[in-house]
Amino acid sequence: MKRRNFLRSSVGAGLGAGALLSFGRYEKVLAGKPLPGRSTYDLVAIMGGEPAAMFDMGIQAMGGMGSFVTKGQKVLVKPNIGWDVIPDRGANTNPALVKRIIEHCLRAGAKEVYVFDNTCDNWIKCYKNSGIEQAVKDAGGKMVPGNSESYYQEVTIPNGKKLTKTKVHELVINSDVFINVPVLKHHSSARMTGALKNMMGVVWDRAYWHSNDLNQCIADYALYPKKPSLNVTDAYNVMMRNGPRGVSKEDLSNMKTLMISTDWVAIDAASAKFLGKEPASIEHIAVAAAMGLGKMDLATMNIHRMKM
Amino acid sequence: MKSSALKHIRTVFSAFVLLLFAFIFIDFRGIPGENSWGPILYLQFAPSLLKFIIAGAVTATGFIAVIVLTLLTGRTYCSFLCPLGIFQDVISRAGGLIKRRFRRYGYKKPWTILRYFILFLTAGILLLGGVYVLTILDPYSTFGRFMTYFAKPAVLFVNNLLASLLGKFDIYTLYRVDIKPNELVTYIVPVLFLLLIGFLAFRYGRLYCNTVCPVGTLLGLLSKLSLFRIRFDESKCTRCGRCAMSCKSSCIDFLNKHIDVSRCVNCFNCIDSCKENGMSYGLVRLRRKVTNESTTDASRRNFIAGSLVLLAGGTQLVRSQNSVPKPTKDSTVKEDRLYPVSPPGSIGITSFTSRCTACSLCVTVCPTSVIQPSVNEYGFAGIMQPRMDFHRGFCIYDCNRCTDVCPTGAIMPLMMEAKQLTQLGKAVFIKDNCIVSTEKTACGACSEHCPTKACHMVPFEGNLLIPEVKDDICIGCGACEYACPTKPYKAIFVDGNPIHEAALKPETKELEAVPSDFPF
Repeated sequence: MKRRNFLRSSVGAGLGAGALLSFGRYEKVLAGKPLPGRSTYDLVAIMGGEPAAMFDMGIQAMGGMGSFVTKGQKVLVKPNIGWDVIPDRGANTNPALVKRIIEHCLRAGAKEVYVFDNTCDNWIKCYKNSGIEQAVKDAGGKMVPGNSESYYQEVTIPNGKKLTKTKVHELVINSDVFINVPVLKHHSSARMTGALKNMMGVVWDRAYWHSNDLNQCIADYALYPKKPSLNVTDAYNVMMRNGPRGVSKEDLSNMKTLMISTDWVAIDAASAKFLGKEPASIEHIAVAAAMGLGKMDLATMNIHRMKM
Repeated sequence: MKSSALKHIRTVFSAFVLLLFAFIFIDFRGIPGENSWGPILYLQFAPSLLKFIIAGAVTATGFIAVIVLTLLTGRTYCSFLCPLGIFQDVISRAGGLIKRRFRRYGYKKPWTILRYFILFLTAGILLLGGVYVLTILDPYSTFGRFMTYFAKPAVLFVNNLLASLLGKFDIYTLYRVDIKPNELVTYIVPVLFLLLIGFLAFRYGRLYCNTVCPVGTLLGLLSKLSLFRIRFDESKCTRCGRCAMSCKSSCIDFLNKHIDVSRCVNCFNCIDSCKENGMSYGLVRLRRKVTNESTTDASRRNFIAGSLVLLAGGTQLVRSQNSVPKPTKDSTVKEDRLYPVSPPGSIGITSFTSRCTACSLCVTVCPTSVIQPSVNEYGFAGIMQPRMDFHRGFCIYDCNRCTDVCPTGAIMPLMMEAKQLTQLGKAVFIKDNCIVSTEKTACGACSEHCPTKACHMVPFEGNLLIPEVKDDICIGCGACEYACPTKPYKAIFVDGNPIHEAALKPETKELEAVPSDFPF
């Protein structure tokens, strides 16, 4: 399996690189460089619309999905599906948003769009009751299980302080594009959950993170090279307390906001403000910024604000 | 009816029943949805009887239907409806394929003393409020354990192989499920019974049903009064003995043209085997011979009297052994659990352990596997009776699946709203085990998972937060204990309520105004 994958990917990479070089599109083979047409905004924030409409507007400002996804690519969309609650409770990413993102990916030529989460509650009930399974199906994406350890492969986190190794879902490793779609919530232990914290749903052993300096582990994971090329934070119904699961609808504030960024530290810093907190007071954001994983200072960011 | 149609009807019908029951216990995907097994389990004799006599449930009249069926037709139940009985038929068929002589039974004398002793022991202890013997001997529960403990993991193994294969082709309709074995001790009884029943069925047909099974013995007694029976047509019988050879119950004494009705399970193999059409199934002929009766009666009476005396002593013994479970207390153990946690709907530990036959249906349907067979948490006699094992999983807030399926009434139905306010136990926080206190780093996994926020975070040293528990809104679901990352002892655990209590609803408050502009 591993050998086959290796052969396939190395032959593929060789052929692809050759082909691209011959067409003169050098930038595509150089990792980390944006595709043409991508905006230079650090953050795009939209307020006042429905999730899908806000995404349409936001992704356009980011240069369109075509600047993140190209034809034939395999895309992983990772929402937060952690809890067995209905969409009204705001504990999971809004299904309408997930659906819209998948549609954009497919329109941009994605070969396949996968969605999964390593849930906290029973995964089958989470997938179903969050409305996300249905949304993914409707959009033409593929819902993938994340319930068994056998779906996860061990990877090393280069230069991780506390987290040096972790088991990551095979789709994170095998897909070409990774889109992170967290829902913004209060969090009882990390104080806030957003883009960085959402990665606890792509690894198997969360307990290790909890028992080995949670905030440092969250920041450390951001060192792993397979980073999301796009972060979309759902702040439509924001859980202001009792997070991350929430006790009732009364925990929610209807902020009708969506944020998009390629910088997950930046998007989390902006998110913190919606919870009425300073970014630096959220330890994992501060640590990640200090490690040079992204921008935290909102004053120096190039933010594109839009209202609907 | 004389034709062999009866046997074929039996074969087809019982195959269907066997597959259905196997499916009920193996179905790990919850395919038919909620609340669907009730009508099928309704006719299972021992669970229905238990639900009726102990829980007083008027809906549990399935056993009455079985009694009526038996009084009319004999032990039809044993061949048509009992999954363990049908399972044995499959094994004895396999035995016959391997060695033909294993399928040649012939008449044998019954183990009268043993079978009635077991029946009286089971019934007597049951009447005194102990379910222990029935737990071990109830055929439905025994079958349930075979399926849950052995067949399900095997099916999961095959499923996982297929799922891995399909996954390579990007197909995820099948998903892998991690196989986690139970505590080893809980396998003792199922393994012994699998060996015993397997061997007896393989070699001797229905010997187990006619010797050990208390349901079989009870229905056997009733079938002595049955209206429909298998009978010889004296004019056609050539005394060839084929019928006796084919009888899995070894109950046909063809030389004397006598059939031991109490052991006949209405498999109709004998009718099928008779070349002369000399056997049929029909209304009993009132042709009583009084000669033999008096001799058997005396010994039987003595036996009954003897067993009752034995019972009186025996039940005392059992009673003193276990009425309320002993706390598994050990001062050096950090998780100082006084009581085990019984499943929601079980009302309390004593009522649960006196009704549960450990069929393991709740174990197998539980989506999180938090319901696990116990070892000695309920005391020795409670082995295999399920408890909530929060190291394995936690009880889902919006789930009452186990309360829907229990056929004995050990777990009573609970509406969702009621279940969410039923306190199985209370979370106890052990600060000295907690990461926040020992490592001075953030954790809070317990509070994250808490559905009511009974477990919430309060300021601790510096910027840190540490858990605190509000007892009155805690429902004892064990999410905190499950999520707690400390080893080997958890920093938060649920101590069971010996009798389940009512929890308060968590309070809700309105939030301040929603911001209308970007805060940055």
